[in-house]
Amino acid sequence: MNARSRWAPYLLSLPSLALFGLMVLLPLALTALLSLQQYDVDVGVKGGFTFASYAHVLGDSYYYEIFFRTGWVAALTTLICVLVGAPEAYILSRMGSPWRSIFLLVILAPLLVSVVVRAFGWSLLLGPNGIVNQAFEWVGIGRLRLLYTPAAVVIALVHVMLPFMVIPVWTSLQKLDPMVESAALSLSASHWTVMRRIVLPQITPGVLSGSLIVFGLSASALAIPGLLGGRRLKMVATVIYDEYLHELNWPLGAAIAVALLAINLAVMLSYNAVLEGAYKKRMG
Amino acid sequence: MRKTGPIALAFHTVVTVFMLAPLVIVCLVAFTPENTLAIPWGTYSLRWFQAVFEHSDLTQAFWNSLGVASVAATLAVLLAVPAGLAIARHEFPGRQALNGLLLSPLIVPHLVLGVALLRLFALLGARGSSLWLTLAHVVVITPYALRLVIAALSGLDRSAEQAALSLGASRLTVFRRITLPLMLPGITGGWMLAFINSFDEVTMSIFITSPQTVTLPVRMYMIATESIDPMMAAVSALMVGVTALVMVVLDRLYGLDKILVGQH
Repeated sequence: MNARSRWAPYLLSLPSLALFGLMVLLPLALTALLSLQQYDVDVGVKGGFTFASYAHVLGDSYYYEIFFRTGWVAALTTLICVLVGAPEAYILSRMGSPWRSIFLLVILAPLLVSVVVRAFGWSLLLGPNGIVNQAFEWVGIGRLRLLYTPAAVVIALVHVMLPFMVIPVWTSLQKLDPMVESAALSLSASHWTVMRRIVLPQITPGVLSGSLIVFGLSASALAIPGLLGGRRLKMVATVIYDEYLHELNWPLGAAIAVALLAINLAVMLSYNAVLEGAYKKRMG
Repeated sequence: MRKTGPIALAFHTVVTVFMLAPLVIVCLVAFTPENTLAIPWGTYSLRWFQAVFEHSDLTQAFWNSLGVASVAATLAVLLAVPAGLAIARHEFPGRQALNGLLLSPLIVPHLVLGVALLRLFALLGARGSSLWLTLAHVVVITPYALRLVIAALSGLDRSAEQAALSLGASRLTVFRRITLPLMLPGITGGWMLAFINSFDEVTMSIFITSPQTVTLPVRMYMIATESIDPMMAAVSALMVGVTALVMVVLDRLYGLDKILVGQH
């Protein structure tokens, strides 16, 4: 290998490397540092090194409640996305053309519409006079308070996250030869057995990676809880927003942001390790 | 083709309605002649669209978004092409780390990037600068451009390049006359996907825009947290329309399912 081709990849990637170093690694390091700095109501951020912000978060049950709520909302969203997204991807993959690509687009296209627009659409649907409440009244359930409840946040999050579940499951189904299913059926396996022994193992990696993406994005979503959770239903993201832009206690906001990032990464890494390990073992 | 059973069909219908409902409702409400958020029955009006165009905050935000998204998408592609060439075509120490770093904005929450960049900009005195805002957008949309560039490169037949090289063409000529044209669908798709992601970005931008540089989704978020009137539905309907237009172009150019799902 000559000197030129040895250095070529570094030269090619230098501009992006410089930008990402400056705009990703440096700011994250600064934020970690900021979370350890002192805050004074009158002066703002002061120098010095303290764990006061972390101690404040750990010592206040208010923050436990918010982290707990964010955790269960994200987990419930992930669960619903698995239960809806995986079967939907399977149904899509069994459709004939042109319906298959048409409906794949219908399911995936909302991904390209701004999340603010989608949140606004849900606030119209779930509002006190929205279609959902009108339907409830018509069926005889009566009007319910839906907007500004965790239910509204979960519904809208599922809408935003569902494509992130359908995509990986769809991709793993593409690798499944339909002949294997037919072969199993012709050898008198039941539909249930085919599902359990052939389809399920095939889509498991897709479901896993989809769950990670959905959980991570749901736990850190800002616009959906901000618009559909209202002012009183706080989640981690909206608390960080308040600390940075209203309370101006940046070190506290930074501490919560670092905690969110750490929990997110920890969940991703451990979930990945545990479940993929189990999956590999089972597949032998 | 195998038949889809009635239960599967019903399930699929419910999911489809669920996915489309919020988008359809904003488009319907946008045409209401009333002052309330009601679906118009029989009478339609364009008054709320007119209100959007007369709302100077919204039009200003629209132009800001358009400027940021087009410059950021172009810069993202200019970074992604050489980086993609390095990752797809070279084996070098640090290749995995580089790939991981360039795709990290897909894993690090935009919220965390937003507050991190707010701190950086505050220290640099760069708050309210559209240049820095644009660079921040470049960071979050480069992964999309990079993935399509790498996909285009990995599906590319190299025999034409080798033939040209053996016939004495310089490396630059080969790149300009052969590699680049073959990569073009991937680059165009990457640009548009990057553009739309920048145009829609709200979570990070909310922290790093100033009243002068505020982008359309951020302005809409601010309006929606204070008051909701049919004008919001009209802006939303316009955004759905623009997105649909971009989607049709993308689909003709490259195949939208390929762009969204990845190569297969």
